[in-house]
Amino acid sequence: MVKVCVLYDKVRFEEKALYDTAKKKGIKAQIIDAKTITVNNESKRKTLQLGDVVLQRCISHFRGLYLAACLEFLGFIVINKFKVGETCGNKLITSLTLAKSKIPTPKTHFAFSAESAIEVINTTGFPIVLKPIIGSWGRGVFPIRDEEVANMFIEMREENDSPLARIYYVQEMIRRPPRDLRCIVVGDKVVTAIYRYSAENEWRTNVSRGGKAEVAPITNELEDIALRAAKAVGGGILGVDLMEDEKRGLLVHEINNTVEFRGASNVSEADIAGAMIDYALTIAKR
Amino acid sequence: MKTQCQECGAEINVPDDIMVGEILTCPDCGGNFEIASKSEDKIELKPAETIGEDWGQ
Repeated sequence: MVKVCVLYDKVRFEEKALYDTAKKKGIKAQIIDAKTITVNNESKRKTLQLGDVVLQRCISHFRGLYLAACLEFLGFIVINKFKVGETCGNKLITSLTLAKSKIPTPKTHFAFSAESAIEVINTTGFPIVLKPIIGSWGRGVFPIRDEEVANMFIEMREENDSPLARIYYVQEMIRRPPRDLRCIVVGDKVVTAIYRYSAENEWRTNVSRGGKAEVAPITNELEDIALRAAKAVGGGILGVDLMEDEKRGLLVHEINNTVEFRGASNVSEADIAGAMIDYALTIAKR
Repeated sequence: MKTQCQECGAEINVPDDIMVGEILTCPDCGGNFEIASKSEDKIELKPAETIGEDWGQ
Protein backbone atom coordinates (compact mmCIF):
# COMPACT_ATOMS: atom_id res chain seq x y z
CA MET A 1 0.00 0.00 0.00
CA VAL A 2 1.23 3.47 -0.88
CA LYS A 3 2.37 5.54 2.07
CA VAL A 4 1.89 9.31 1.88
CA CYS A 5 4.00 11.76 3.87
CA VAL A 6 2.83 15.30 4.60
CA LEU A 7 5.97 17.34 5.23
CA TYR A 8 5.41 20.50 7.27
CA ASP A 9 7.25 23.10 9.27
CA LYS A 10 4.08 24.59 10.77
CA VAL A 11 0.80 22.70 10.78
CA ARG A 12 -1.86 24.92 9.23
CA PHE A 13 -5.44 24.10 8.22
CA GLU A 14 -4.14 22.67 4.93
CA GLU A 15 -1.60 20.21 6.37
CA LYS A 16 -4.14 18.97 8.90
CA ALA A 17 -6.77 18.58 6.16
CA LEU A 18 -4.36 16.59 3.96
CA TYR A 19 -3.34 14.26 6.79
CA ASP A 20 -6.91 13.76 8.05
CA THR A 21 -8.21 13.16 4.52
CA ALA A 22 -5.55 10.54 3.81
CA LYS A 23 -6.42 8.73 7.04
CA LYS A 24 -10.16 8.89 6.29
CA LYS A 25 -9.47 7.31 2.91
CA GLY A 26 -7.75 4.44 4.69
CA ILE A 27 -4.34 5.36 3.29
CA LYS A 28 -1.15 4.93 5.27
CA ALA A 29 -0.18 8.50 6.06
CA GLN A 30 2.31 10.29 8.25
CA ILE A 31 2.97 13.91 9.03
CA ILE A 32 6.63 14.83 9.54
CA ASP A 33 8.30 18.01 10.77
CA ALA A 34 10.75 19.22 8.10
CA LYS A 35 12.74 20.98 10.82
CA THR A 36 13.82 17.60 12.22
CA ILE A 37 15.26 16.21 8.96
CA THR A 38 18.95 16.12 8.10
CA VAL A 39 20.46 14.74 4.91
CA ASN A 40 24.04 14.34 3.73
CA ASN A 41 25.40 13.67 0.28
CA GLU A 42 26.04 10.01 1.12
CA SER A 43 22.58 9.47 2.66
CA LYS A 44 20.48 6.61 1.38
CA ARG A 45 16.75 6.79 0.86
CA LYS A 46 16.08 4.06 3.43
CA THR A 47 17.60 6.19 6.25
CA LEU A 48 14.58 8.49 6.02
CA GLN A 49 11.17 6.97 6.67
CA LEU A 50 9.14 9.22 4.41
CA GLY A 51 7.00 6.66 2.59
CA ASP A 52 6.45 6.54 -1.17
CA VAL A 53 5.35 10.08 -1.94
CA VAL A 54 6.05 13.32 -0.10
CA LEU A 55 3.67 16.28 -0.12
CA GLN A 56 6.06 19.17 0.53
CA ARG A 57 4.02 21.72 2.50
CA CYS A 58 6.57 23.95 4.25
CA ILE A 59 5.48 27.51 4.96
CA SER A 60 9.10 28.63 4.54
CA HIS A 61 9.76 28.75 0.80
CA PHE A 62 13.50 28.12 0.98
CA ARG A 63 13.23 25.36 3.57
CA GLY A 64 10.71 23.52 1.41
CA LEU A 65 12.63 24.19 -1.79
CA TYR A 66 16.03 22.91 -0.68
CA LEU A 67 14.57 20.01 1.26
CA ALA A 68 12.75 19.00 -1.94
CA ALA A 69 16.12 19.05 -3.74
CA CYS A 70 17.65 16.80 -1.06
CA LEU A 71 14.72 14.37 -1.08
CA GLU A 72 14.74 14.13 -4.86
CA PHE A 73 18.49 13.42 -4.65
CA LEU A 74 17.61 10.47 -2.41
CA GLY A 75 15.05 9.24 -4.92
CA PHE A 76 11.83 10.33 -3.22
CA ILE A 77 8.85 11.47 -5.25
CA VAL A 78 8.18 15.01 -4.04
CA ILE A 79 5.07 17.05 -4.85
CA ASN A 80 5.82 19.60 -6.07
CA LYS A 81 9.14 18.92 -7.70
CA PHE A 82 12.13 21.10 -6.75
CA LYS A 83 12.18 22.65 -10.23
CA VAL A 84 8.49 23.62 -9.97
CA GLY A 85 9.10 25.22 -6.57
CA GLU A 86 12.10 27.10 -7.91
CA THR A 87 10.08 28.54 -10.79
CA CYS A 88 6.93 29.38 -8.84
CA GLY A 89 8.80 30.79 -5.84
CA ASN A 90 10.35 33.47 -8.02
CA LYS A 91 8.07 35.96 -9.78
CA LEU A 92 10.73 36.91 -12.34
CA ILE A 93 11.33 33.30 -13.39
CA THR A 94 7.56 32.66 -13.38
CA SER A 95 6.95 35.66 -15.66
CA LEU A 96 9.62 34.50 -18.10
CA THR A 97 8.30 30.93 -18.06
CA LEU A 98 4.71 32.05 -18.70
CA ALA A 99 5.79 34.35 -21.54
CA LYS A 100 7.87 31.61 -23.13
CA SER A 101 4.82 29.33 -23.16
CA LYS A 102 2.67 32.16 -24.55
CA ILE A 103 0.38 32.22 -21.51
CA PRO A 104 -1.34 35.63 -21.28
CA THR A 105 0.36 37.49 -18.42
CA PRO A 106 0.75 41.16 -17.43
CA LYS A 107 3.53 43.12 -19.12
CA THR A 108 6.43 43.13 -16.69
CA HIS A 109 9.78 44.93 -16.74
CA PHE A 110 12.90 43.72 -14.98
CA ALA A 111 15.56 46.20 -13.93
CA PHE A 112 18.85 45.62 -12.17
CA SER A 113 19.71 48.96 -10.59
CA ALA A 114 17.81 51.78 -8.92
CA GLU A 115 18.54 54.13 -11.83
CA SER A 116 17.23 51.74 -14.46
CA ALA A 117 14.19 50.92 -12.31
CA ILE A 118 13.31 54.63 -12.10
CA GLU A 119 13.86 55.01 -15.83
CA VAL A 120 11.55 52.05 -16.56
CA ILE A 121 8.88 53.41 -14.22
CA ASN A 122 9.02 56.92 -15.71
CA THR A 123 8.92 55.58 -19.26
CA THR A 124 6.04 53.20 -18.56
CA GLY A 125 3.99 55.80 -16.70
CA PHE A 126 1.71 55.56 -13.69
CA PRO A 127 0.11 53.68 -12.06
CA ILE A 128 2.47 50.70 -11.96
CA VAL A 129 3.02 47.85 -9.50
CA LEU A 130 6.32 47.10 -7.80
CA LYS A 131 6.77 43.56 -6.48
CA PRO A 132 9.61 41.72 -4.77
CA ILE A 133 10.71 38.77 -6.91
CA ILE A 134 10.45 36.43 -3.91
CA GLY A 135 7.69 36.79 -1.35
CA SER A 136 4.13 35.77 -0.58
CA TRP A 137 0.88 36.96 0.95
CA GLY A 138 1.18 40.22 -0.99
CA ARG A 139 4.13 41.27 1.14
CA GLY A 140 5.98 44.19 -0.46
CA VAL A 141 3.56 44.37 -3.40
CA PHE A 142 2.81 48.07 -3.86
CA PRO A 143 0.74 50.07 -6.33
CA ILE A 144 2.69 53.21 -7.25
CA ARG A 145 0.75 56.17 -8.56
CA ASP A 146 3.30 58.97 -8.84
CA GLU A 147 7.01 59.70 -9.23
CA GLU A 148 7.55 60.87 -5.66
CA VAL A 149 6.26 57.61 -4.20
CA ALA A 150 8.22 55.62 -6.81
CA ASN A 151 11.45 57.31 -5.73
CA MET A 152 10.64 56.62 -2.07
CA PHE A 153 10.08 52.91 -2.66
CA ILE A 154 13.20 52.53 -4.79
CA GLU A 155 15.24 54.30 -2.09
CA MET A 156 13.81 51.95 0.54
CA ARG A 157 14.70 48.95 -1.59
CA GLU A 158 18.26 50.24 -2.02
CA GLU A 159 18.63 50.43 1.74
CA ASN A 160 17.45 46.86 2.19
CA ASP A 161 20.22 44.39 3.06
CA SER A 162 18.94 41.66 0.77
CA PRO A 163 20.63 41.52 -2.65
CA LEU A 164 17.28 40.40 -4.07
CA ALA A 165 15.83 43.80 -3.11
CA ARG A 166 17.97 45.32 -5.88
CA ILE A 167 16.29 43.23 -8.55
CA TYR A 168 13.30 45.29 -9.66
CA TYR A 169 10.08 43.70 -10.92
CA VAL A 170 7.82 46.40 -12.33
CA GLN A 171 4.44 45.31 -13.62
CA GLU A 172 1.70 47.13 -15.47
CA MET A 173 -1.36 47.88 -13.32
CA ILE A 174 -4.21 45.79 -14.68
CA ARG A 175 -7.60 47.46 -15.02
CA ARG A 176 -9.67 44.81 -13.31
CA PRO A 177 -12.68 44.43 -11.02
CA PRO A 178 -11.74 44.58 -7.28
CA ARG A 179 -11.02 40.88 -7.30
CA ASP A 180 -8.77 38.23 -8.79
CA LEU A 181 -9.17 34.51 -9.43
CA ARG A 182 -7.46 31.62 -7.68
CA CYS A 183 -7.62 28.26 -9.46
CA ILE A 184 -6.54 25.19 -7.57
CA VAL A 185 -5.01 22.89 -10.14
CA VAL A 186 -4.28 19.30 -9.21
CA GLY A 187 -2.56 17.36 -12.00
CA ASP A 188 -4.64 17.93 -15.13
CA LYS A 189 -7.79 19.16 -13.34
CA VAL A 190 -9.01 22.49 -12.00
CA VAL A 191 -10.48 21.30 -8.69
CA THR A 192 -12.04 24.62 -7.78
CA ALA A 193 -11.86 28.29 -8.62
CA ILE A 194 -12.61 31.21 -6.35
CA TYR A 195 -12.83 34.95 -6.68
CA ARG A 196 -10.84 36.81 -4.05
CA TYR A 197 -12.24 40.26 -3.27
CA SER A 198 -9.98 42.87 -1.66
CA ALA A 199 -10.75 43.89 1.90
CA GLU A 200 -11.83 47.47 2.58
CA ASN A 201 -9.04 50.03 2.05
CA GLU A 202 -6.84 47.29 0.58
CA TRP A 203 -5.91 46.92 -3.06
CA ARG A 204 -4.36 43.44 -2.73
CA THR A 205 -6.75 40.49 -2.82
CA ASN A 206 -4.83 37.97 -0.68
CA VAL A 207 -7.00 36.06 1.79
CA SER A 208 -4.13 36.57 4.26
CA ARG A 209 -4.81 40.34 3.92
CA GLY A 210 -8.50 39.99 4.66
CA GLY A 211 -9.60 39.19 1.10
CA LYS A 212 -12.97 37.46 0.88
CA ALA A 213 -13.47 34.29 -1.13
CA GLU A 214 -16.44 33.45 -3.33
CA VAL A 215 -16.88 30.48 -5.67
CA ALA A 216 -16.15 31.28 -9.31
CA PRO A 217 -17.47 29.34 -12.29
CA ILE A 218 -14.86 27.23 -14.05
CA THR A 219 -15.39 28.44 -17.60
CA ASN A 220 -13.69 26.76 -20.57
CA GLU A 221 -11.43 29.80 -20.95
CA LEU A 222 -10.43 29.69 -17.28
CA GLU A 223 -9.81 25.96 -17.31
CA ASP A 224 -7.73 26.15 -20.47
CA ILE A 225 -5.48 28.98 -19.32
CA ALA A 226 -5.06 27.62 -15.76
CA LEU A 227 -4.08 24.16 -17.00
CA ARG A 228 -1.71 25.57 -19.60
CA ALA A 229 -0.09 27.80 -16.96
CA ALA A 230 0.29 24.88 -14.54
CA LYS A 231 1.85 22.75 -17.28
CA ALA A 232 4.23 25.57 -18.24
CA VAL A 233 5.80 25.63 -14.75
CA GLY A 234 6.08 21.84 -14.57
CA GLY A 235 2.70 20.78 -13.14
CA GLY A 236 1.67 19.25 -9.83
CA ILE A 237 -0.52 20.79 -7.13
CA LEU A 238 -0.67 24.50 -7.82
CA GLY A 239 -2.58 27.68 -7.10
CA VAL A 240 -2.86 29.61 -10.36
CA ASP A 241 -3.75 33.28 -9.78
CA LEU A 242 -5.36 35.27 -12.57
CA MET A 243 -6.74 38.75 -13.15
CA GLU A 244 -9.60 39.77 -15.42
CA ASP A 245 -8.25 42.49 -17.68
CA GLU A 246 -11.04 44.70 -19.08
CA LYS A 247 -9.78 44.32 -22.65
CA ARG A 248 -7.53 41.26 -22.82
CA GLY A 249 -9.51 38.87 -20.60
CA LEU A 250 -7.72 36.49 -18.27
CA LEU A 251 -4.07 37.04 -17.41
CA VAL A 252 -2.02 34.76 -15.16
CA HIS A 253 0.12 36.75 -12.73
CA GLU A 254 1.35 34.20 -10.23
CA ILE A 255 1.49 30.47 -9.53
CA ASN A 256 1.74 29.19 -5.98
CA ASN A 257 3.82 26.12 -5.19
CA THR A 258 2.42 25.24 -1.74
CA VAL A 259 -1.08 26.49 -2.33
CA GLU A 260 -3.15 27.51 0.68
CA PHE A 261 -6.80 26.53 0.36
CA ARG A 262 -8.50 27.44 3.61
CA GLY A 263 -10.30 30.38 2.00
CA ALA A 264 -11.39 28.22 -0.94
CA SER A 265 -12.53 25.37 1.36
CA ASN A 266 -14.82 27.73 3.26
CA VAL A 267 -16.83 28.51 0.14
CA SER A 268 -16.25 25.66 -2.31
CA GLU A 269 -17.97 22.31 -2.16
CA ALA A 270 -15.06 20.63 -3.96
CA ASP A 271 -13.08 18.08 -1.98
CA ILE A 272 -9.77 19.92 -2.42
CA ALA A 273 -7.67 17.88 0.03
CA GLY A 274 -9.23 14.66 -1.33
CA ALA A 275 -8.20 15.55 -4.88
CA MET A 276 -4.65 16.29 -3.70
CA ILE A 277 -4.34 12.95 -1.88
CA ASP A 278 -5.77 11.04 -4.88
CA TYR A 279 -3.24 12.79 -7.11
CA ALA A 280 -0.36 11.87 -4.76
CA LEU A 281 -1.44 8.21 -4.92
CA THR A 282 -1.61 8.31 -8.72
CA ILE A 283 1.88 9.81 -8.95
CA ALA A 284 3.29 7.25 -6.49
CA LYS A 285 1.86 4.35 -8.49
CA ARG A 286 3.28 5.55 -11.83
CA MET B 1 -6.71 20.17 28.41
CA LYS B 2 -4.97 23.26 29.73
CA THR B 3 -1.38 24.40 29.68
CA GLN B 4 0.62 27.35 30.92
CA CYS B 5 2.07 30.12 28.77
CA GLN B 6 5.89 30.03 28.76
CA GLU B 7 6.02 33.83 28.47
CA CYS B 8 3.50 35.16 30.98
CA GLY B 9 2.27 32.12 32.88
CA ALA B 10 -1.37 32.55 31.83
CA GLU B 11 -3.55 29.49 31.49
CA ILE B 12 -4.16 28.48 27.85
CA ASN B 13 -6.99 26.20 26.77
CA VAL B 14 -5.79 23.53 24.37
CA PRO B 15 -8.28 22.20 21.79
CA ASP B 16 -8.61 18.39 22.05
CA ASP B 17 -7.79 17.81 18.39
CA ILE B 18 -4.62 19.93 18.32
CA MET B 19 -1.72 18.26 16.53
CA VAL B 20 2.02 18.32 17.07
CA GLY B 21 3.33 21.15 14.86
CA GLU B 22 0.28 23.38 15.28
CA ILE B 23 0.64 26.84 16.80
CA LEU B 24 -1.02 27.80 20.07
CA THR B 25 -1.42 31.49 20.90
CA CYS B 26 -1.63 32.80 24.46
CA PRO B 27 -4.83 34.87 24.81
CA ASP B 28 -3.16 37.11 27.42
CA CYS B 29 0.25 38.03 25.97
CA GLY B 30 -0.14 36.90 22.33
CA GLY B 31 2.93 34.65 22.53
CA ASN B 32 3.00 31.90 19.90
CA PHE B 33 4.03 28.36 20.77
CA GLU B 34 4.47 25.26 18.69
CA ILE B 35 3.09 21.98 20.06
CA ALA B 36 6.32 19.99 20.54
CA SER B 37 4.72 16.81 21.86
CA LYS B 38 1.33 15.59 22.97
CA SER B 39 0.16 12.67 25.08
CA GLU B 40 -3.14 11.79 26.78
CA ASP B 41 -2.71 14.23 29.65
CA LYS B 42 0.34 16.29 28.82
CA ILE B 43 1.33 18.77 26.21
CA GLU B 44 4.78 20.26 25.64
CA LEU B 45 5.30 23.66 24.03
CA LYS B 46 8.28 25.32 22.40
CA PRO B 47 8.53 28.92 21.17
CA ALA B 48 7.16 29.11 17.61
CA GLU B 49 9.39 30.30 14.78
CA THR B 50 8.84 33.95 13.96
CA ILE B 51 7.35 34.75 10.55
CA GLY B 52 10.13 34.63 7.98
CA GLU B 53 10.54 36.82 4.91
CA ASP B 54 10.03 33.71 2.77
CA TRP B 55 6.86 32.53 4.52
CA GLY B 56 3.77 31.99 2.45
CA GLN B 57 2.49 29.92 -0.37
